Amino acid sequence: MSTTTHYNLIGTRPPRHDGADKVTGRALYGADLKMAGLLHGAILRSPHAHANIVSIDTTKASQHPECRAIVTAADFPAVAERIVDLGEGETPLSYIRGNVLASGKTLYQGHAVAGVAATSPQAASEIAALIEVVYAPLPCVLTAPTAMAPGAPLLHSDLRCLEFGEPTTAPSNVSNHFRQVMGDSEKAFAEADIIVERELTTSTVHQGYIEPHTVTALWNNDGRLLMWCSTQGSFVVRDTIACMLDLPVSRVRVTPMEIGGGFGGKIPLYGEPVAALLSKKTGHPVKITMTRREVLEGSGPTPGSFIRVKIGAKQDGTLVAAQAYLAYEAGAYPGAMVSPAATCVFAAYDIANQTIDGYDVVVNKPSTAPYRAPGAPNAAFATETVLDEIAQKLGMDPLELRLKNAAKEGTRRADGAKFRRIGCVEVLETMKAHPHYSAPLGEPSHQQAKRGRGVAIGFWMNAGLPSSCTLNVHIDGSVGLIEGSTDIGGSRTSIAMMAAEVLGLEAADMRPSVVDTDTIGYTGVTGGSRTTFSTGWAAHDAAQDVVKQMKERAAKLWKVEEVQFENGVFRAGEHRLSFKELAAKVGEIGAPVVGRAAVNPKGAGGSFAGVIVDVEVDMETGKTSILRFTAVQDAGKAIHPSYVEGQMQGGSVQGIGWALNEEYFMSPEGRMMNASFLDYRMPTALDVPMIDTAIVEVANPVHPYGVRGVGEANIVSPPAAIANAIHAATGLRMSHLPMNPPSVMAAILKV
Amino acid sequence: MKVHVQINLNGEPAEFLAEPRQTLLECLRDTLNLTGTKEGCGDGNCGSCSILLDGQLVNSCLILGVETQGQCVETVEGIAQGSTLHPLQKAFIDNAALQCGICTPGFLMASKALLAREPNPTEPQIRMWLANNLCRCTGYDKIVRAVQIAAAEMRAQ
Amino acid sequence: MRSFDYAAPPTLAEALTLLAANPTARVLAGGTDLLVQLKSGRRETPLVVDLKKIPELKAINVDPAQGLTIGATVACFQITNHAEIRRVYPALAEVAGLIGGTSIQGRASLGGNLCNAAPSADSVPLLIALSARANVAGPGGLREIAVEHFCVAPGKNILGPGEFLVSIFFPLPAPGFHAHYLRFIPRNEMDIAVVGVGVSTTVQDGKVSAARIALASVAPTPLFVKEAGDSLIGHAPTPEAIATAAGIAQAAAKPISDMRAPADYRRHLCGVLTRRALNATLAPGVSRGV
Repeated sequence: MSTTTHYNLIGTRPPRHDGADKVTGRALYGADLKMAGLLHGAILRSPHAHANIVSIDTTKASQHPECRAIVTAADFPAVAERIVDLGEGETPLSYIRGNVLASGKTLYQGHAVAGVAATSPQAASEIAALIEVVYAPLPCVLTAPTAMAPGAPLLHSDLRCLEFGEPTTAPSNVSNHFRQVMGDSEKAFAEADIIVERELTTSTVHQGYIEPHTVTALWNNDGRLLMWCSTQGSFVVRDTIACMLDLPVSRVRVTPMEIGGGFGGKIPLYGEPVAALLSKKTGHPVKITMTRREVLEGSGPTPGSFIRVKIGAKQDGTLVAAQAYLAYEAGAYPGAMVSPAATCVFAAYDIANQTIDGYDVVVNKPSTAPYRAPGAPNAAFATETVLDEIAQKLGMDPLELRLKNAAKEGTRRADGAKFRRIGCVEVLETMKAHPHYSAPLGEPSHQQAKRGRGVAIGFWMNAGLPSSCTLNVHIDGSVGLIEGSTDIGGSRTSIAMMAAEVLGLEAADMRPSVVDTDTIGYTGVTGGSRTTFSTGWAAHDAAQDVVKQMKERAAKLWKVEEVQFENGVFRAGEHRLSFKELAAKVGEIGAPVVGRAAVNPKGAGGSFAGVIVDVEVDMETGKTSILRFTAVQDAGKAIHPSYVEGQMQGGSVQGIGWALNEEYFMSPEGRMMNASFLDYRMPTALDVPMIDTAIVEVANPVHPYGVRGVGEANIVSPPAAIANAIHAATGLRMSHLPMNPPSVMAAILKV
Repeated sequence: MKVHVQINLNGEPAEFLAEPRQTLLECLRDTLNLTGTKEGCGDGNCGSCSILLDGQLVNSCLILGVETQGQCVETVEGIAQGSTLHPLQKAFIDNAALQCGICTPGFLMASKALLAREPNPTEPQIRMWLANNLCRCTGYDKIVRAVQIAAAEMRAQ
Repeated sequence: MRSFDYAAPPTLAEALTLLAANPTARVLAGGTDLLVQLKSGRRETPLVVDLKKIPELKAINVDPAQGLTIGATVACFQITNHAEIRRVYPALAEVAGLIGGTSIQGRASLGGNLCNAAPSADSVPLLIALSARANVAGPGGLREIAVEHFCVAPGKNILGPGEFLVSIFFPLPAPGFHAHYLRFIPRNEMDIAVVGVGVSTTVQDGKVSAARIALASVAPTPLFVKEAGDSLIGHAPTPEAIATAAGIAQAAAKPISDMRAPADYRRHLCGVLTRRALNATLAPGVSRGV
């Protein structure tokens, strides 16, 4: 583990290796792939939020001259039920299969029922429309409270609630109710000087990646299943497909194409098994690309939620007790990210007495998928607005209140974990010292407008997970870097920098490639804020392996026992050779130098992040404008600061959209009314200002460069910060996301 | 019944066969094999498919290929001068104005159209002009800065 | 999209012949509405008739004595960039820069926005406020229709079989004439108007001599509220007179609740936006917000 704090390359901003391809349109994303004999697939989807499938008749469809194959759930090979780990949680195989192609029931509008392969995309969707499905619609439930109510329609007849870890017998829409307890919150509330309790709700929102899901599958003549996917986790796809289709893992190869965003939503499988089955039936490669409507209706959004948070404090601002009730919508299948929400809800604070109840509730909406710090933004919306209220009532500065109670090394969480070295205090102090925090708000832009400033902080624990890396030293001293982490945001360059730092090379000397599942060792998803942390660590270790081997080559060349390596130069006595010079000689000395490493690191070390935001509210329309936004985050060590800033800015703007305008409008019958980018309103360039960033570096003690993952924590606090700013401007406490103009106006008029 | 269409594509004559119902986006990607222009939504709301048609910024997903007979079409594949990147392309790379890159071709076309019309745009002008191009990764900050930097460089040339 | 044939007639006469022979054909200008509808299956057609080659439909003609004629297929960007239109009809140039975003404006036409007849159409309230008239060609010859009569139901216009819009005519503004379109959208661009208000006022000798107010998104069609404009006539443009007009406009609104907004919010916005739009034309020094 390196203890150097001065770096040659780490912390600089070299151009990314895939830049030229991406700005010229040469980079190949999934939908760009072409192949001889390619067929096109389309999915038939249920129009009902909840319905039994009475019958499926494919006769007419199969008679269409351009139809090449049709598949339904009946085409899945029969396998025993088992639990599959997708990389972000465990799920029964039948649920994953059921979401890919419905069996017996459809559980949400957009639920896939059949797949068709044809000679063109147009023909495929026309043929899919010819499949005759008879549905018997059932009543639906669309929110956690209604799904939990006695007598609610049940989605799964076999679903039983795991209550405090013990199975129960009654059918339920709640798959899991857990409780985390620390100390005695009831007793502590009785001793509190001030208690604030609020009930809040958040709407369903989608990750909103610009590239729809796409896959090309070829069940090859040699019996291997080859897949080219837009995915965050090639190995997850490989292993899950192998499970679903009863294949040995070695028969499946997954190639990650360049990917147009994921944010967690491209970890689950959707069209991949369907394309594979269609390819098996036709003997041709089959490509399936979702339309935007299908992405919104048929792929996982993040849970909507019903949350109650109660916090008790002493007059001096010490937080003494906290309670949270978190009921999260899982969508059609269990697996709402309510457990991470419970971990994060009070994680930023040292509160000795906590009770957290989490409920994982199925509803008739698309099955939820992870979305950037899944579960945490909802929870922070509650905690951070309640704390804002406590600060207001105590007459305390909101950052001072937080600093007084900030989590530190050694602070316990209710889930049992104890923090190692973390940067919560440093993030808060950076916010406090930032010029934004003391800047004047400025005059409102017109008479009917009011301005206010809000702050909030948030936490995400980050993941470790396995990563592998191989380094090939070329004759000119350039180094090929082979890794398996889908590059969604420039990670291949940060990973290359971590190896190059060890080797004393420039970033441009590295040739990073993201490769398929045959070519690299097991590597977990690009998600969980783990890629720079874990794959970077593997690259670092692989580089050390290279150095070791190069030293051996030099020792052999110079006929010495020991060789030193420092600042890119190998030395022994009078002998010296740079890395590149030695690389040129490796061929005459011995075997090529191939370095390798694989890691599965613990100690990911969570990231704290905070937001200072100024808003202006038009008191006659309820419209909130973001005037100024500052994002602060502990990155541990920013390998490539531009891309750390980029993560902070991207998560911030997603948070702004979540706060102000994004939501699934559901009709009472459970249909999504706004399944397009026209009415699913993500922020445009005109809706946000520059996003100022301040990177805090509290080194993660376990990582060679001190890295903490930064991908996620930055989305956690913006909605709460904006709510607090709206309160500062208007005196209104908003208790629902999004805080769109009609709801703010309604709150204004109510006063 | 396919129609024979002749256009000027990135400065060179080009031709293709298209059914009337095929959009220009499909013709570019599937028939002419220029996959740099992307589809994000298919209904004109994300700008990933932005191209220049007779110099005008348009969404190619809402234009029929057959409509473009005789017109000039410019796509991201044509912005660079041989192996020399356009100042916008360079500025996007140098300033980390792309993360996943799927929206980048659209933003490059839109920015190019803006700077042809307004070589010294203000930040509000840039944001207004680019409002039809959605990005979900960057939060737009570095994109706007890259456009400002490229504009300055182009003015200096 | 399902298959269709495509024709691009170069003259009015040929277009009329084609449309007469193919009653289920649909005309095409910018395509930013039609193609969306064909893709979603909301509309179907065996024949798309592209009108963009016909000279009368492409032309912008500014007659200093008579007024402005804009061809039906003229794209928004052409209107926004046209020096004379900007000078004489600044509100019109502005509204052409509001529809959709930049790439939509590169293609979408004012004529198409009118013919698409959405209750939320951004251009129509202003067209009404400008007393615009639609020039229509059909089997029976040419006819002129006041824009406030053009949209008859959501998505349905007054055109009969074989008819199509040739151009839109705008009379010359009188001295003391100002117009403005103000809309409310939840984001800052791209959205369909939750409420839109187009106003025009003419002030002579300190009194309002003419005023027209029209609303978008609060009725099945864009709504010309004659009484609201009439209430200003003969009065000085005081805050009270403006408030009265805004109140009449608000009372005339018949909004529905849909996924874009609840009805009472729309009704509330009507009053706010009408007042702000009238401030823009009558008291430009008063900041108008939004």
